[in-house]
Formats: sequence, C-alpha cells, structure tokens
Amino acid sequence: MSTAAHAAHPETTTGIDSRKLAIWAFIGSECLFFATLISTYLVYKGKSVTGPLPADIFEIPLVTFGTAVLLFSSFFVVLALNGAQRGDRKKLIMWLSLTVLCGLFFVGMQVYEFQHFYHKGLGLGTNLFGSSFYVLTGFHGTHVTLGVIWLSTVLVEAIRGRVPPEKALNLEIAALYWHFVDVVWIVIFPVVYLMR
Amino acid sequence: MSAPSAHAEGHAHPSSGTYVKIAVILFALTALEVLAYEMAHRPTMPLHAVMEATLVPVLIVLSAAKFALVAMFYMHLKGDGKLLTSLFVFPIIIAAAIIVILIVLMEYWEVMH
Repeated sequence: MSTAAHAAHPETTTGIDSRKLAIWAFIGSECLFFATLISTYLVYKGKSVTGPLPADIFEIPLVTFGTAVLLFSSFFVVLALNGAQRGDRKKLIMWLSLTVLCGLFFVGMQVYEFQHFYHKGLGLGTNLFGSSFYVLTGFHGTHVTLGVIWLSTVLVEAIRGRVPPEKALNLEIAALYWHFVDVVWIVIFPVVYLMR
Repeated sequence: MSAPSAHAEGHAHPSSGTYVKIAVILFALTALEVLAYEMAHRPTMPLHAVMEATLVPVLIVLSAAKFALVAMFYMHLKGDGKLLTSLFVFPIIIAAAIIVILIVLMEYWEVMH
C-alpha cells in the first residue's frame, strides 16, 4: 500500500479494511433478509385462489434479457474496478458508465413489468401471488435503485478525478454491494419466473 | 489481456481475461436455465418428459453454480481470505436453512389441517 493510502486507512487487527469488513457483514445480514422474502414467496406459491397467476402474466423473454443485462453490469463493474486499481481513468469511467446504464435498464424493465402486471389485474392485494411477488421483486428493485445511485456517485467522483488507485476501495465496496444485488437476482430469477 | 492486479490488502485479483471467461460461463448457464424451462414447458421439445420431472433440481444446480462463480471471482472471495468468506457463507447456510425449514413446516401444517 502507498504511504498516502496508509495514512488514509490505518492497519486493523484483522488486516482487512474496516469498511470492507462492514460491507461484508451488511451483505451477510441482507442474505437473511432476502431469505425471509424468498421463503415467503415459496410457501405461498400455488396457494392463490384467484388470478391472475404467474402463467397468465409472466413474459420470460423480457426478464431473461433483464437478467442478462444485470449479469453484464457485474462484469462491467469488475472491469471498472480493474481500471481504478491500475489508475486507468478512461477505462474506469467507461465501464462504470456502462454499469450504471445497465442498472437503469433493469430498473426500467421492472417498472414496465409492474405497470404491465397491474393493468392485467395483479395488484399488491389481489392474491397471495401478487403480495409475495411484488414484495420480493420490489425490495430487490429498491436495492438495484440504491446501487445505481451509489455507483453514480462514484462515477461523478471518477469524472472529477477523485478516484485514484489508492481510493479504489471506495469503488470495490460499492461493487461488492452491486454483485450482491446480482447474486440475489440469480436466485430470484429461477425461483420466481422459471419454477412454476 | 492484463495480468492479475493487487488491491489494498495485497491479495491478487483475477485478470481481465478471467473476468471475460466467467462472464461467458454465466451467460451460458443463464441460457441453459431458459432452455431447461422451455424443454419442460413445451411438449414438442426433445427430452420434454425428463426435463418436466427434473426442472427444479436442474435450475437449483445451475443457479448455485452462477452464485458461486460471482461470489468467488467477481466478489473476489477466492483470494480475499477466510474471514470474509465466513462472513458470507455462514449467513447463506442459515438463509438456506430458513427457506427449507419454513417450506417443510408449512407443508406439515397443511397436511395436519
């Protein structure tokens, strides 16, 4: 580590930066949060007595495309981090911009999907499927939105030239949160959309 | 492609080439998930009966593989040491247990009532 980075982030007893340890502890707690939502969805699966049901409304091609875009964003953010650690500002800004765009696309897809389902008669209180589906995917979408805001702030800092290699950890922490949002969707996509 | 880089704690991060390989594998696994779904839901597709019966375990295995790849390579757990891995894996074990136990309990409750 450089002297400047040493001064900014003093040594810890674990040898790991406290902020990095904190984001991992937060991610651990988030695992339990999403586990309760996923288990609620699974417990209520197939128990709705009125429609619309998943088979009536899901559009698998659109969600598959959204899933691919979210996977792409995880790939882009590691390339942005790679650029930040090497001091390659151009690469950092390009890949981080693409990551933010992918995140915005995913949020847009979810807004479209919710609106489409609502017009087809599926509200939050229509049936058990509606309640559990909107709460699970809605909370995930909120996490994606927060991730987009977080990464956008890092992008603005990068454009201003305030993300030198010794500050790459700021992006690494945001990227860890972003990857977590991605792995949660890796679970939600087959559980909600493909296992019917 | 570039060589592996080192971050603040000094552990090596994978190279850009490794990230590209992982991305290709992740997309292939997602395509397999959708293919399995189509095979299970379209009677005209080959192996329809087999996939209809095995769709859930197939999807669990494929998504678990994707989950592990992202955690190991994109979240850098492979090179970041045991403490961070424990912080992630321990809650995942509890989370999986919560999901299984709740499903079993609710099924048991339904059978009893």
